[in-house]
Amino acid sequence: MVLELLVPLLFLGVCIYAMAGRRDVYSLMVTGAEQGLRTVLSILPSLVVLLALIHMLRTSGAIDRMTAFLTPLCQRLGIPPETVPLVVIRPISGSAGLAVGSEIIAAHGPDSEVGRIAAIMLGSTETTFYTISVYFGAAKIKKTRHTVAAALIADLVGFWMAGITARLLF
Amino acid sequence: MSVVLLFFLSFSVFCSLFSGTAPELAGALLEGAGRGVTLTVSLAGPLCLWCGLTHTMEKTGLTEKLAKLLSPILKRLFPKAWQDTAAREALCGNLSANLLGLGSAATPLGIRAACAMAKDCDGIASNELCKLVVMNTASVQLIPSTIAALRAGLGAASPFDILPAVWITSVCSVAAGLLAAKVMAKWC
Repeated sequence: MVLELLVPLLFLGVCIYAMAGRRDVYSLMVTGAEQGLRTVLSILPSLVVLLALIHMLRTSGAIDRMTAFLTPLCQRLGIPPETVPLVVIRPISGSAGLAVGSEIIAAHGPDSEVGRIAAIMLGSTETTFYTISVYFGAAKIKKTRHTVAAALIADLVGFWMAGITARLLF
Repeated sequence: MSVVLLFFLSFSVFCSLFSGTAPELAGALLEGAGRGVTLTVSLAGPLCLWCGLTHTMEKTGLTEKLAKLLSPILKRLFPKAWQDTAAREALCGNLSANLLGLGSAATPLGIRAACAMAKDCDGIASNELCKLVVMNTASVQLIPSTIAALRAGLGAASPFDILPAVWITSVCSVAAGLLAAKVMAKWC
């Protein structure tokens, strides 16, 4: 009950706070939504290319082959084999992660166990390699020391915990 | 990314020859492209709405308030950077933007903090800088709005019901990353 009301209450709270500060909430919301539209437009081309590729991979049977190959290893780790494509692509590319994740959730249903695990994985990890290269590139760091290893450990724990929390809470 | 594209394209053509799915391949390619548009359209509404909310929070100073609440945690994680006013402000802003899922605001602030922290370290990442980057590679988003939008678009009964699972998973993942960074800092 609390969870269902969380997002509406957040909207209400922000609205009340802004009104108390004598701000025009409506026009602030609209301006923000307009900026959001620009973000949406900027991800459209990459999602088209990536989903074309992923759909082809699924139809050709390539994804089934890959998951069959990795099933024993994944079962030992508690990661469902269906989510392996997501685990592989997520640290590399944000839009590809979203495309692969949406394909998995669509194929298995958003309320299925696999669909939920994929959603939890997407929601609790980031594009690791992109972030590392942007930050260290900007700060002109050549020796990154243990950063990549620690970041990948964080990702792995995230993928592993996604399976556990999905089974525990649903 | 181009290498990835080439690899997967050849892999699926190769597989389709063996699985006898070759005739369906061209159709799948076009259908997938169509799905890219459907996905974007189903994400568009919720994402715009969410951006509207976060924009309002930013402009009314709510984001700043959240940043102040977070300062005790950051002070313990980054004691050295905390001495520097510019780094301190950027760190607070970075974490609060990350929590709200403002990716486009979090990155410039995080980069500003990273640059301030990298000032006198000769191109070698300091322990605190490694921690900052690890924290940004792990997600700490309170409400994963894109994923909720994705689930809603695909017909989930309750798109936000994954929130507690996402929170637990995120906390474990960030904690594991920071712990790993702490342990490995002594080795290299």
